[in-house]
Amino acid sequence: MTILESDYRTPARKLTQKLHLDIPLLTGLLLLSAVGFMVLYSAGGQDTGLLLRHALRLTLGFGLMLMIAQVPPQRLQEAAPWVYAAALALLVSVMLFGDHAKGAQRWLDLGVIRFQPSELMKLALPLMLARYLGHRSLPPGAKRLLVSGVLILTPVALVAEQPDLGTALLIVGSGLFVLLLSGIRWWIIGSGALLGALAAPLMWHFLHDYQRTRLLIFLNPESDPLGAGYHITQSIIALGSGGPFGKGWLNGTQSYLDFIPERTTDFVFAVYGEEFGLIGVLLLLTLFITVIARGLYIALCAPDHFTRLLAGSLILSFSLYIFVNIGMVSGLLPVVGVPLPLISYGGTALVTLMASFGMLMAIHTHPKKPV
Amino acid sequence: MYARISESDRLRDYIRETRLLQNRTLAAAVMVLLLMFALLARLIYLQVFNQEHYLTLSQNNRISVVAIPPTRGLIYDRNGVLLARNLPAFGLEVIPEQVDDIEATLRALNQVVAISPADIKRFRRLLKQKRTTHGVMLRLRLSEEELARFAVNRPQFPGVDIVAGVTRDYPLGASTAHAVGYVGRISENDLDQLGDSNYSGTTHIGKTGVEHTYEDVLHGTVGFEQIETNSQGHRLRVLERTPAQPGRNLHLNMDIRLQQLAEQALGDNTGAVVALEPGTGAVLALVSQPGFDPNLFVNGIEPRDYQALQNSSGQPLYNRALRGQYPPASTIKPFVALAGLELGVTDTQRSIFCPGWFRLPGHERRYRDWRHEGHGAVDLTRAISESCDVYFYELAQRLGIDRLHDFLAQFGFGQKSAVDGPGELAGLLPSSAWKRNARREAWFPGETIIAGIGQGYMLATPLQLAVVTATLANRGKRIAPRIVAAIEDPLTHNKVARSSAPLNTIQLARSDRWDIIINAMVQVMHGERGTARGSGAGAAYKIAGKTGTAQVFGLKQDEKYDKDKVAPHLRDHALFIAFAPVDNPRIALAVIVENGGSGSGAAAPIARKLMDQYLLTPAP
Repeated sequence: MTILESDYRTPARKLTQKLHLDIPLLTGLLLLSAVGFMVLYSAGGQDTGLLLRHALRLTLGFGLMLMIAQVPPQRLQEAAPWVYAAALALLVSVMLFGDHAKGAQRWLDLGVIRFQPSELMKLALPLMLARYLGHRSLPPGAKRLLVSGVLILTPVALVAEQPDLGTALLIVGSGLFVLLLSGIRWWIIGSGALLGALAAPLMWHFLHDYQRTRLLIFLNPESDPLGAGYHITQSIIALGSGGPFGKGWLNGTQSYLDFIPERTTDFVFAVYGEEFGLIGVLLLLTLFITVIARGLYIALCAPDHFTRLLAGSLILSFSLYIFVNIGMVSGLLPVVGVPLPLISYGGTALVTLMASFGMLMAIHTHPKKPV
Repeated sequence: MYARISESDRLRDYIRETRLLQNRTLAAAVMVLLLMFALLARLIYLQVFNQEHYLTLSQNNRISVVAIPPTRGLIYDRNGVLLARNLPAFGLEVIPEQVDDIEATLRALNQVVAISPADIKRFRRLLKQKRTTHGVMLRLRLSEEELARFAVNRPQFPGVDIVAGVTRDYPLGASTAHAVGYVGRISENDLDQLGDSNYSGTTHIGKTGVEHTYEDVLHGTVGFEQIETNSQGHRLRVLERTPAQPGRNLHLNMDIRLQQLAEQALGDNTGAVVALEPGTGAVLALVSQPGFDPNLFVNGIEPRDYQALQNSSGQPLYNRALRGQYPPASTIKPFVALAGLELGVTDTQRSIFCPGWFRLPGHERRYRDWRHEGHGAVDLTRAISESCDVYFYELAQRLGIDRLHDFLAQFGFGQKSAVDGPGELAGLLPSSAWKRNARREAWFPGETIIAGIGQGYMLATPLQLAVVTATLANRGKRIAPRIVAAIEDPLTHNKVARSSAPLNTIQLARSDRWDIIINAMVQVMHGERGTARGSGAGAAYKIAGKTGTAQVFGLKQDEKYDKDKVAPHLRDHALFIAFAPVDNPRIALAVIVENGGSGSGAAAPIARKLMDQYLLTPAP
């Protein structure tokens, strides 16, 4: 008998439960969005148009989250294979009819909106895998592992072909998280990592020029400060110059003066770090950690394997985006196009993110199915 | 697979699996925490330990310091005629980051404004070097028409723009080429020597002449601007400005009318003229013919033109006034005579017979006089005025080379005269010690003989000859020649005179010995049989002078001089020294006409013209 069944509910409580909203998670997300507004105002050069567009996207995002939160997890489980198949089909059609933007075939122009199927796959894969692995006993046997591998690598190959190595890696990540959580032996994980490391030189051969450049620049940004190393050099300078206390909101000289490219999107953290300093960074990381903690709590409390695997993988993906973006902006990782969740300005990534939070809320707020 | 497992087993598995899942989730939580700490560590590294470093870098990104080059000082002659000035010049500059297709742009530009292959070559070289966001020069010195054409077509050429600057100009061209010199682009070598940030905005530096010697004065002090820029290098605003200090102006002692007259008088002949004011050492004229147009050098001379100048038989780039070393020939005679008087070897009474030749006792060789039949009985005055070689062969022999050397050295022969212009050579005053050192040989008596008439090893530059003439005019007071009279501050117009430290005065045991020699030199010009009486005739003032005719055996220069080019001309050099008016000398000069034949025929008339101009024409 949970507290949800009793009548100790306040009217506000009733409403949020009716809407299947998880308050702590919602609060965390709203706070992050607020920070995002502050930073974007500065990074965008006080462009109110930008803020309005961002507000619109956030509203849409939160709306989507709300919608998905209404869906009982059982429906999600049932829908998983269809979603996966649809995403796969879309990826194939991108390859065949896709739109070239920035030299990559990633978009499907549907007249009204432009849609990135790889984003959908970021949700579809964990759904599929969670369902597939959750059905049987854990940890999965060799046969299950193999099938999982295929399930992962097929879309990844398609996405990497576009070429979109960043997203491909994230999709792999989301799949691997499911596998990890499903309890495959550590030694398997270890040998898998080893294999990956050994395959790296081979992978080099398959990399495109710009991807190779990115790796080289990562290893030595000073080698081309005005060329390919430019983003990373500038953003490190911005971050470092912020110091412990930052230069103050709207006082970031690097961004104001066009020095940080992509300053409203992938590199927004550099603006944040410059203006708010280490103190600001600590606060932001704390905020992220609380959201992650809540997500992991939801995963721990989840009623069945499917939901546990799904919730865990979704929140771990969220953590990965944060780690990769901040790592990239501060020079720990090579430059890959990963935006900072809820802070960066941008469309499709936000939608996917909010959808995943919707799923998390759904997992947590729907009554548990008896075993 | 499903039905055979019992309910309890499934339940047990389920609990185990849940625990497994939960353990994994917790492990994941730990991983996430670790990663976050890694990020935090990195950010602490950047923002705490390295903040200073990055702060500096961020400042450097946004603030650039741009040098403001100072305006170069102007150069005037003694009457205020402008000899060197700064003219506005326009050039074309390309900002490569803003140009999509450089090749296409260059081709299209060529339709509008002529761009030579040399320009393109230089442009490409600069393009490779420059890593800044500033422009790269493409064309210099656009004419007004080209300027207008480009301005009209400018929208078609994004990334290409007009830049305004100044260029150095010498309005009087070849007349000032040697004295004033020229500026040229700063080369790698120059930068090594300068090392100074004072030159950060400057493109040109004085290379020769006064432009070089007074570079510090003319250059001024660089100014600085702190500009806030964005990442494309565009100026947003000026934060701080230290204005440049303009270079100071030079006022030369030179009288340009005299200078030009000397050039005219030399005509097509190769030679040099140096005119000084005896009392002060002011250089009134410094001519070396043939000359060249210094404007060619300012922005980089075309290799073709430079080759032409190098290969030209007259060696126009060679400053004969300071570097031409010639045997002084008979012009040395007044000084040898003075040596004879002072050292008691001869006097005004002493007379010898000149048969047209001289022979050393015990030797076969005859040393000839220029006058085949000889001069007959000559005393000191006649020996000078009619330039009798035999008298001086004899006098030299009795003096001996070393005594002669020591006496002449007082006048500055064989030493630099410390003029404020570059490249002066010292000439040569031989002695037995010198010969032992330089030639590892003993001195021969015959060499003393010919030293008496200024031939042999002895060499002097036109400047030296003018200086010793001035010393004579001053009755022994030595001066250091000065090209620059005063330095003027362009803002306050405050002039500071340049004077040289006074040199010693040559003391003679009897001061009337000066007059003896000078009178003999007056006889040269105005006497019945003076060798230059033609040039002294009808003069409104008294002139003291001496002719000289030097044998040709190739111009002694320290640069490679191809004798084959001189071979067709086997005629003697013509030399002449003079000062006037005798009682209160205002001008002393030395004239050399290479291969001019005789001193009286070729060199003296030039001197007379100049003296007339200087002494008789009223100042403007």
